[in-house]
Parts: sequence; C-alpha cells; structure tokens
Amino acid sequence: MFTSFAPEWEGFTPGRWSNTSVNVRDFIQKNITPYDGDESFLEGPTEATTKLWEQVMELSRQEREAGGVLDMDTSIISTITSHGPGYLNKDLEKIVGLQTDKPFKRSLQPFGGIRMAQQACREYGYEVDPKVVEIFTKYRKTHNQAVFDAYTPEMKLARHAAILTGLPDAYGRGRIIGDYRRVALYGIDMLIEDKEHQKATHFVRMTSKNIRLREELSEQINALRDLKKLGEIYGFDISRPAKNAQEAVQWLYFGYLAAVKEQNGAAMSLGRTSSFLDIYIQRDLDRGILTEREAQELIDHFIMKLRLVRFARTPEYNSLFSGDPTWVTESIGGVSVDGQHMVTKNSFRYLNTLNDLGTAPEPNMTILWSTRLPRNFKRFCARMSIKSSSIQYENDDLMRVTHGDDYAIACCVSSMRVGKEMQFFGARANLAKCLLYAINGGVDERLGVQVGPKYRPVEGEYLDYDDVMEKYDDMMEWLAGLYVNTLNVIHYMHDKYSYERVQMALHDRDVKRYFATGIAGLSVVADSLSAIKYAKVKPIRQDIEIRDRAGNVTGVAKNVVVDYEIEGDFPKYGNDDDRVDQIAVNIVRTFMDKIRKHHTYRDSVPTMSILTITSNVVYGKKTGNTPDGRKQGVPLAPGANPMHGRDSHGAVASLSSVAKLPFRHAQDGISNTFSIIPDALGKNTKIFAGDLDIDRLTQEALNEDDAD
Amino acid sequence: MTGYIHSTESFGTVDGPGVRFVIFFQGCPMRCLYCHNPDTWDFHGGTAVTEDALLAQFERNRPFYRSGGITATGGEPMAQLPFLTSLFTKAHAAGVHTCLDTSGIVYTAAQQEAFDTLLRVTDLVMLDIKHIDPERHRALTGHSNEAVLAFAERTAALGVPLWIRHVIVPGWTDGEDEQLALGRRLAAFPNLKALDVLPYHTMGRRKYEALGIPYPLGDTPAVTPEAAGAARAVILRGLKQGLRERHGK
Repeated sequence: MFTSFAPEWEGFTPGRWSNTSVNVRDFIQKNITPYDGDESFLEGPTEATTKLWEQVMELSRQEREAGGVLDMDTSIISTITSHGPGYLNKDLEKIVGLQTDKPFKRSLQPFGGIRMAQQACREYGYEVDPKVVEIFTKYRKTHNQAVFDAYTPEMKLARHAAILTGLPDAYGRGRIIGDYRRVALYGIDMLIEDKEHQKATHFVRMTSKNIRLREELSEQINALRDLKKLGEIYGFDISRPAKNAQEAVQWLYFGYLAAVKEQNGAAMSLGRTSSFLDIYIQRDLDRGILTEREAQELIDHFIMKLRLVRFARTPEYNSLFSGDPTWVTESIGGVSVDGQHMVTKNSFRYLNTLNDLGTAPEPNMTILWSTRLPRNFKRFCARMSIKSSSIQYENDDLMRVTHGDDYAIACCVSSMRVGKEMQFFGARANLAKCLLYAINGGVDERLGVQVGPKYRPVEGEYLDYDDVMEKYDDMMEWLAGLYVNTLNVIHYMHDKYSYERVQMALHDRDVKRYFATGIAGLSVVADSLSAIKYAKVKPIRQDIEIRDRAGNVTGVAKNVVVDYEIEGDFPKYGNDDDRVDQIAVNIVRTFMDKIRKHHTYRDSVPTMSILTITSNVVYGKKTGNTPDGRKQGVPLAPGANPMHGRDSHGAVASLSSVAKLPFRHAQDGISNTFSIIPDALGKNTKIFAGDLDIDRLTQEALNEDDAD
Repeated sequence: MTGYIHSTESFGTVDGPGVRFVIFFQGCPMRCLYCHNPDTWDFHGGTAVTEDALLAQFERNRPFYRSGGITATGGEPMAQLPFLTSLFTKAHAAGVHTCLDTSGIVYTAAQQEAFDTLLRVTDLVMLDIKHIDPERHRALTGHSNEAVLAFAERTAALGVPLWIRHVIVPGWTDGEDEQLALGRRLAAFPNLKALDVLPYHTMGRRKYEALGIPYPLGDTPAVTPEAAGAARAVILRGLKQGLRERHGK
C-alpha cells in the first residue's frame, strides 16, 4: 500500500513493514540491535529530570494531603482534543502531554457511567456540572445504564452476592492495548489511508455485523484525525512518521495519551515499546545526534508521564484494587520465534528509570522471561528486583508458542499480540463461594437468600467427597453459564456505548478477540476439597436472618451450613503434593470446559485467568467460612498462590504446585505473587563469604614480605 | 533404606552453590551454644523417609536445580552414615551435585573406610570449625575438635573440595589469636575452596523459647556483617602465614 520509502525511515532496513502493510513486528525484526552486555553503559538522571521529578513528588505530597485527589474536571468531558496543552515545566520536559490542562487534574469520563463519575467527584468534594449530568441521563445513554437495562434479575443477584465479582459494568473494561508504536512508525496520515482502505474493501452486504464494523472503522478514522489534532495542540505535526528518537517517543506517547483521555479502563497497558524505541535511539546514537545521557533522559521523561496517569475513581473501586492502579504494563525482553533474544539497551534504560526516578508500581515493568535471555540482563533484572520489588516476570517460553514474538501483557497477565488481538475483560467468578453454594443448595452463606439454583444441599454429619464433588460440578455448570451470559451483556453494551475508538484504530481491522473470564479462590477450593477427602469435615448448620437492602429482616434461611470443623490433617496446595495439586488442576480444566460450552459475544475465543493481585482481599470479605478452615473475611490467596502460610516446603515446592496448572486451560494467565527477603536469595559474597584460590594465595604469600 | 529427617527445603540458596534441595537430618550429638536449629538435636524425633522418596522429590523439580544440587545438613547428617551414603551414592550416580554440611564430629579413624566411601560420592564438603582450640571447642560444643580436624584431613586426602565455615561469636571466636591460629591450620588443606565467615545472629533465640530450652548465650549481641568481614581478613592473614611456613619461607 505504501508508494514510497518515507524520508523519515532513512537508515532503516526496509521490508514488508515499508513495502506492503502496517507491520511493526517486521520492522522490529529487521532493525533490532540485540544487546548482550551489562548495565555499565547506563547514565543517571539529568538535572532537568531530577528537577521535574521533584516537582512530581511535591504534587504527589499535595495530592495525598488533599485526601487523594488534587483537582478534578467537573464540566469538560474528556476527549482526545478536549483540553489545551498542559505541562509540568515546558522548558524542561523532553516529552510532553497531559490528560488535562494541568498535572494531577483528573478528567471527567462519563461514557462508562454518569453515576460513577458523579460519585467519584462527590467523594472528593466536587460536583459534576448539572448540565453534563442532564446530558448523560436524559439524552445520552451510558454503558452502565445500558448493561442494567439488559441484565436479568439472576445476574443482578449474583452480582450483589459477589459470586460474580468486579464486573466491568460500571467502569471501563480496559485491557485493550493499542499498538501505539504505529503512530511513530507510520504517522497518522498513512494510518488513516490504511483504515480508509480497510473500509473500502470490507463487505457491503449490510448485515448487523457488517454495519457495526463499518461504523467502527469510521469511528477509528475520526479518532485518528483527533489524534493528529492532539499533536497540533502541543505543536507537533504527527501526520508524518517520527524522524528521530525524541519524535518516536513523543508520537508513541501521544497515541497512548489519546487512549487514556478517552478511556478510564481497569487496565490501560502500554504494550511492548522498549526495543521498538531502541531502534530509533540506536539510529540517532550511530548518527551522533544523541548521547546516551540524552537517550536516558527521553526514557525518564516518558516514564515520568506514564507515572502521572490518573483517573477519577470511587473509593469503593480503589478498595477493590487496593489503591488507584492504572496498570500501565510494559512488556520487556522476550525471544523472537527464530531464537534470537530481543533485549536491547533500551530494555536496560526502562528498568533504569527505577533508579533515576525511584521505585514505583507504575508503569508495571514486566519482563518476558526466557531461559535464553542474556545472562547480563538476567542479573540486572535480579538486582533491580531486589532493589525495587517493582518488577513482574512472565514466562515467554510458554506464551511465545501461542502468541509469537510481538505480544504484550495487558494488566497483570493477559497476553495478546499487539494490534492483532484484543480481549473482553471478564473479572472473576468466585469458585470458593461456588463451593459453598454447592454445599448449601444455592443459598448464599452470608445473605441467606437463594442465589443459585435450588439444588439439594449436602446432608449428614460429615461432608462426603464424592457427594460434594457431584454437587459442585452441577453448581459450576450453572455459574459458568450465568457468568458468560452476564459478560455477553457487558461487552455488547461496552462496544455500543463506550467504544475504544483510538485503541482499536491502532489495531488491524480483523482482530482476534479473547473472551477473558477469570476465577478467584482456587487454592481455597483445592484445600477445601482436600480436607473433605483426606480429613473429616463436619459442617455446622445454623438458621440465618435474611435482610433487605435497608437492613430489615424479611425472613429466615433454615439450616444453612455456616462453618466447618476439621478432624485430622490433609495435604495442602503449595507443597508439590499431587494428591491436592491434582484437585486444583482438575478444577481449572473443569470450569474452563464449562465456560467453553457457551456462546460468546462477537465470536470471541474463551480463555480464563487465575489472577487476583489485590482484589482477593475484597473477595475474601464476601466469602463465608470455607471447609479448609479459612474464616469469613480472611483474604483469598492472590491468583494461583497457595493460601498464606500453608506452603511449608519452600519456594520451589510452592512454585511447582502452581506450575502444574495447565496454561491451555488458563490461557489468559496464571499469577503467583512471590515475596522473599533478599538475604534468603543467597549470600552477599562481597561482605563475608567468597571463593579461595589456594595456589594463588600461596603465590601471594610467598611474594609478600613477611610482615607478620 | 530409611533415615530420619527433620524437614526439607526446596529452595535452599545459602547451603552450597546454586539453588539446592536441602535435607535437614534429625539428630545431632553436638550442643553448640549458638545452635539455631535446636529442634534437630533429638535422635528420637523426625520423620522416617527413604532415600528414594527424597530423590524422587528432587527429580520432579530438577530444572530448578540446574546450577545447584542436594545438600545434606541438619542435625548431623553423618550420624546416619549408612543412610546418607546410600542417598549420596544414588544422587551422585544420577549426576546430581552432592554437598555435605557437617561438623565432622562423628568421624572416627576406626570407621575410616566407611567415611571414605561417603566422601567418594560427595562433591563438596562444607565443614563447620567451631573453634580451633580443642578446649574452647569442648566448652562451646561439648566435644573436642579432634574428630573435626581428622575428618578434614580425609577430605584433603581424597581431594574433595572443602568449604570452611566459621561463626564469629562475641567472647568466643572474636579474638585475633584464635582467628590467626585457625587460618594457619587451614593451610594444611590444599582442597580448601572457600572460606565463609558468618556473623553470629540471635534469630535462634525464639526457637529455644518455643522448645522451652534456656538460651545459653543469653544476651550476647549479634555480630555485624562488617565485623565478620574483618575477621575473615584476619583468618586469611593466618592462612597466608601458614602457607609460607609450609612452603619453606
């Protein structure tokens, strides 16, 4: 489609990326300079960096003192072009662009739901302009309202009881990664041309499916035009490709900035940008128009901007995620399909921002780990992990088989090929609670109400493994169906009322969509079933009062199992013991197979994650006592972790239990949170241990004067 | 064969090179004043386990141990010599790096052949020398150090790589004379590959409280890593003196 080799590409090796089609992967493969050396080339922060960062720290302090929010927009609805330029310090910033006109000022994004926007403002002492409220209640439907228009009573009840948790029905679903690199490599005009071509060559038979795509392509083109205007607002012409490193970082960042100006998603991840940008930096270094110090400064200023990303969210939302996360995940490293590692100097520079700007949870630096990464880089990662506790690791050797070598991680573990695959984020089904429903015949153990189907509850003095498993299987069957259908409603409406137009503009036309379900409470379920199988578990029954939302007693649920007495010991997940680990494996496969039975929106491919890095705390509050001895309110273990303190054979045994979980049935990712004190990772050889070479020592001794 | 172990640790990083599968043997004749594993003293406790079961556990996770191996520690592993020998023989045959963390205290010349059999399948010995002076050693551990040094001689005779560990305890091993003497004695071991000087720490105290045993070192303060580093330098000085003496200068 490209008629000529753009002058900005001078010096790059041409290929399909420049001759045929939008193809960032091909550009990287043809032009990457893998780096095997160590970190000694790195430079520290410049004066400008330090000064800017001090300003950010000062603003952070003010934000904390102001109760968590420094300033909010209450009348300007955030779009790509809604604000004039905003700066920290225009003279010092090498990379510019803010979500609003001022740093730390949160934008107003009502398309997901006006009530959520109002609530977020109110909690911090602001009030959304009544005119905006009127528009979004009277004239313009939001995603949130649309979802509730379509929900069944059963869906609302399951949501209320928290057997389905964290559903993106009142906030942005996120987890869609635009290929922001395309902005730098091609410039907006070429991308628009490509999108026009996609539209012109698409089906013209007007089925609802085709009409929707045509409309979306038009939306994407509009978004690209706006993106070009965003560049103009800051004084840049991004209609053409970036011609040097500074422009490449800036153009790429504009792409990302446009996304966070329009979407307050649960995870707004960046993609896989470090080695892409390295190609531009390396070209400038080779040309002698950039120094290493300036290169690091560009990256420092870019990362600083990513750390400034803020959204207006409610305290309730923040408690679900234990903070105010944005999940600006950046995937670093990995190996290409031909076996060459993809670590570049810029992989080091990204991690070096943890030195230059200090440690921070965002952006979420994620190493795509392979046994074949260069040793020097591995050592640097280990050192930076010990120093910052801020690095996430993902298994590239596992994911490369499915996703090739140009995928990235969204949020914590969700893998997708950049610009070619997207996902419908699906929160979690609480499998621990589902087990309690199996025991109680669908009655919620906290609320006393019939949430699940009215199946026969367990009977008798002790729980019988086969009986519980049979009932659990039935209850999971129900839950899987309800869960998938609830998500179908959410994603249909999100596409309709809060479409991610700029992110999707930075995708191919025909994307592969994943339908990303998730489960919570796996280790509780495995240990509970193990206790029932290998020890004796006695259910404690009790009558519980049923209350309405106002707190009035409206009835009594008879004989609900609310607690358990365990006699004897049982194998616990996390000790590399197949007796219980196999239970966990079976649960994962069983639930995933039940998910697979159902129709998914937009021909998406169902996947599942075993992931909760923070929300397991809230889920634990909403899950009653469980047969493994866990008490109501105690957090579920994060992700696929063993329950806290139950893994007693060391880290390898614990990791081995987790590693048994099958990736093909949990393709959206399996997370394990690992904490260890640095001293337990080995000795600091420099201080008091070390190798001896007796021959050398003897020589030294003989050569020295006998001073003693 | 059946042995008695206290526990296993699947992610050992401080008991030999690399990541190691560490087996804590149950039972120890020593009563070192600063022992931080008093729960491994009792010869009547522990879990019965076969060497095959332990090796099977290791094998399942072998990729984790590529640069490491198996470490036998305790307790005193050599107190269960036939079991330990069988374990190491099988591991060694399977190409697994075997490391023995011992006090050497149970060595006897009468059983030299049995100990030699063990050393032939041992890739590394980490020997704890608690004190170089026999009498101070007895006061510190309840035994003379004669057997310890005799065992070290066997490692040298058979050429088994040897790491020496020495804990710096205030009032016991923080004197320069002791450290120099230790260094000079170490010159007799050409198989010496590393010297690990550890600062005394007080983390064992809580275990004593839990076991209801009075803590013998009372309020002895912990030693800083820097002080241990300084002590290591002194021992090395002694070692060089010893080497000079041995090489006729």
